[in-house]
Amino acid sequence: MSDVRIITGNEAAALAVTLCEPQVVAAYPITPQTKISELLSEYVERGTLKAEYVRVESEHSALSVLIAASTTGVRTFTATSSNGLLYMHEQLHWAAGSRLPIVMCCVNRGVAAPWSIFNDQQDSMSQRDTGWIQLYCRNNQEIIDTVIQAYRIAEEVYAPVMVCYDGFILSHTMMPVEIPDAAEVQNYLPPYRPHTFLDPERPRTINPVFFPWRRQNADGVLCDGYMEMRRKLQKGLEKARDVIAAASRDYAERFGRDHGGLFWTHRVEDADIILTGMGSIAAEATLAADLLRDEGVRAGVVGIRSYRPFPLELPPVLRNARLIMVFEKCFSYGYEGGVASDLKASLYGTGVEAPVIDVIAGLGGRDVKTADLLGAVREALKSLEAGDRACRTVWLNCREEE
Amino acid sequence: MNKQDDNISGVCTPAVGEAGKTGDWTEMKPVIDPAKCTPSVKGKPSCFLCWLYCPEGVVSMTIPVSIDLDYCKGCGICAEECPPNAITMVRKERGRE
Repeated sequence: MSDVRIITGNEAAALAVTLCEPQVVAAYPITPQTKISELLSEYVERGTLKAEYVRVESEHSALSVLIAASTTGVRTFTATSSNGLLYMHEQLHWAAGSRLPIVMCCVNRGVAAPWSIFNDQQDSMSQRDTGWIQLYCRNNQEIIDTVIQAYRIAEEVYAPVMVCYDGFILSHTMMPVEIPDAAEVQNYLPPYRPHTFLDPERPRTINPVFFPWRRQNADGVLCDGYMEMRRKLQKGLEKARDVIAAASRDYAERFGRDHGGLFWTHRVEDADIILTGMGSIAAEATLAADLLRDEGVRAGVVGIRSYRPFPLELPPVLRNARLIMVFEKCFSYGYEGGVASDLKASLYGTGVEAPVIDVIAGLGGRDVKTADLLGAVREALKSLEAGDRACRTVWLNCREEE
Repeated sequence: MNKQDDNISGVCTPAVGEAGKTGDWTEMKPVIDPAKCTPSVKGKPSCFLCWLYCPEGVVSMTIPVSIDLDYCKGCGICAEECPPNAITMVRKERGRE
């Protein structure tokens, strides 16, 4: 009886949004996200999505509209990519600081300069500290399921959620996707209960200037100040660890698909060579691990699904690792890839001593094949067997300067 | 869910003083001389340019004119605009105002 359609990642996202019934959608087209905003405007026009679709003049305005809409207590959605996300940057902080459960799809694309429309994850990764939850998907089925979960997570912890998936590789590639039953989605996703909202009967001032100290309100009650608000945002994201895991478990029980909570694993039980990454490159790594297994190398994959909050449960999974390979499509200039930094920090003092090889791959859409991942692992294994246990960064498929 | 914390974001009630008293930002305060102030001199509602120009809305449209020093930021615009120069900016004593 299941409804399986062969659709792109963008269509999967748009259908998921329709199932979650947001009341306000505002988006500005940008490659490779454009199809989501086009589809949603079609659904609204056709009446299958009963939402207000606000055509805005920029991404900054798109998120501003959602912040205003969400403050009146309704469910909202937007989507963007690359420089569009960067143009939203200021509003990302406003949305998170206001604890608004806005859901956005970030269709991952490289950031200029030089100009690129192709996939990497520099756009969302550079928004790491805005207070948004970030979930990364590895296929189109996971996109539709994660967008639905995102609303539940956002509305339970009162924090915005960015659902990230790779531009073109997922956004424009067709795959069979099982469409969840609308009534079941309603059961899974309770109606949104705002924590506070603008109501003409109860006038409120939102986000006036806060002084460095806690403040007394007009009734003489000592209220929390800026620093307490910020700490509560962190508490919210810490709580999100359990909420993401529970949302994923409950989803698996109802719909029969478990994409993992904060992370997922592939053949890690006896693995001593661990490949990690986020999004489609981690899915690619499962193919590489299978091929390594065929050669007798005990390889497994840990896919990071939630980058913020970052999973704390990885050290036990990596306990037996001799070598950890991080494949990532972003870079923190002047240091190394962000995933490698966070992963290494989470391993500090846990007894996991394996060298971490940070493989920077696919920037600006450069192709990453399974064979490329295999080559990087073989190279790292050769160094390890020669006694080199140093952590290092490798740029994959990138011409080295003379 | 546990009891909802309605103080997780910067939501305030629109009320005088909700954002905290702002009068202590200033070094200078306006002092009105009723012997020069037009409404006081004429004994009827008139002039009120200080009320009109005050960016903080802390000047009253009354006779005599009064200024709420809890929220006056001491910018001195009222003193600058007052046609008969009835308003003088004087230095506040630290810790007493």
